Amino acid sequence: MSEVKQQETKNAVEMIDVWKSYGTQQVLKGVNLPIAENKTTVIVGGSGQGKSQIIKHILGLIRPESGQVIVYGQDISRASRKEMKDIRRNFGVLFQSVALFDSMTIYDNVAMPLRERTKKSEKEIRDIVEQKLEMMDVKGTNDKYPPQLSGGMQKRVGLARALVLDPKIIFFDEPTTGLDVKKSNEIYRVFFRTQQLLNYTAVIVSHDVPKIFKLADYVALLNDGQVQGCLTPEEFQLSDNPVIKAFVETTMGPLYSSEMEV
Amino acid sequence: MLSFFENIGAAALNQVNQIGRMGLFLFNSLISIVKPPYKLYPVIKQIYIIGSLSAFVIFFTGAFTGMVLGLQGYHTLTKFGAEGTLGSVVALSLIRELGPVLAALMVTGRAGSAICAEIGIMRISEQIDALDCMAIDPHKYIVAPKFIAGIISMPLLTALFDVVGIFGGYVVGVWLLGGNEGSYFSSIYSNVEFEDVYMGLMKPLFFGLIIILISASKGFFVHLTKGGGFGAEGVSRVTTDAVVMSSVSILVVDYMMTSFLL
Repeated sequence: MSEVKQQETKNAVEMIDVWKSYGTQQVLKGVNLPIAENKTTVIVGGSGQGKSQIIKHILGLIRPESGQVIVYGQDISRASRKEMKDIRRNFGVLFQSVALFDSMTIYDNVAMPLRERTKKSEKEIRDIVEQKLEMMDVKGTNDKYPPQLSGGMQKRVGLARALVLDPKIIFFDEPTTGLDVKKSNEIYRVFFRTQQLLNYTAVIVSHDVPKIFKLADYVALLNDGQVQGCLTPEEFQLSDNPVIKAFVETTMGPLYSSEMEV
Repeated sequence: MLSFFENIGAAALNQVNQIGRMGLFLFNSLISIVKPPYKLYPVIKQIYIIGSLSAFVIFFTGAFTGMVLGLQGYHTLTKFGAEGTLGSVVALSLIRELGPVLAALMVTGRAGSAICAEIGIMRISEQIDALDCMAIDPHKYIVAPKFIAGIISMPLLTALFDVVGIFGGYVVGVWLLGGNEGSYFSSIYSNVEFEDVYMGLMKPLFFGLIIILISASKGFFVHLTKGGGFGAEGVSRVTTDAVVMSSVSILVVDYMMTSFLL
């Protein structure tokens, strides 16, 4: 039993002392971030702190100047193109800009990874795509093109595409930015449902504090190029770390913290 | 003073960088053509877009180029009483030089710009990153079919240009100006050698490669373009660059190939 327990809390991804700069601007200054397997880790922080940079490092789209990014035990900061390709088979990504292929229909967008990466027949592909689109509540949009859908629907199609190969880790880069409260809630509901069902590891970059805390198993704050603790939402809100405390106060309001102080 | 030299150095480095990127891009694309799986449909689609849809433009330019050659040639040759050789003058100029070069310039304007803009937009809207993250090689998926289509289409379009041009010269030289029908074609039979046709079909192979290489790589690396390769303006700028650079390269390579093949 204890062995199983240990399995559950294993890290899917670990960033160790990652540094990255652009020209004279130092974006990441020694980031240490563990991401637990089959759990939801939320990365919060102000705009322009480099939250998306963290995701791009893990995806191998950007290589760090120094430090390690370990995905399932393999350091991808030194991986070859071939190795990188194998590692990326574990990933699904919902981009901030959704990045649907805008000259393909919704159906082709979701079917594309299956057609390119598997040897499934068109009929099998059709079944899987229909099922995923239904899971995301976007049935009946098959023949439409991405720009014809609303922002919220595009995000859900993006999520369907990210899920279609049943990846082990899914990255969400600002999944609700630019959506109203109702649409955001829909995304969260779909996210929650699929995570219950498929039990993947999720990494969410978000501004939507405190709502996002409801989904999180762990919260990490990125501030000034460093990650301040990767804590459970409760621990995060009660943390003594002055940086986290300041963040909690500004995002949740002074009322909240004064209540906690009593 | 120092900044003057710094600027020269920076410009030189930028150029070297660009050439290196393009070289690697070509290498990766050619490798991805050879690697399985082989898919026929994307190639046929690209042949349709680059080749078939250009056929009408090529037909028109070919016809009028041949007609003007017939007109000019007839008036010049009558001065020497050599109007009987009109056919070979028209055919040789078309087959050896004008056909390959003008067809390539027309395809650059029609298809090259479209390829550059298409790939550029895919880059800035993160669609290429999305492919990378799905472990789908963007060289294989986007670029390779265009290379194959370009290399197949260009010689065919050039052949169409030549044939239509020769008939254009015939229409003007024989029908309108009353030249001798028999001598028009017999001078072609007796003066056009296999070497001429060989040269006329080798050139478009390379031109096809050049057009696709420059257009696709310019779009592919729009985000790395010096001096702000962002958004719509970035794409419009690289598209202009791609057309200008392809056109100039075609003329330069044409001269070099002629001097080698003659």
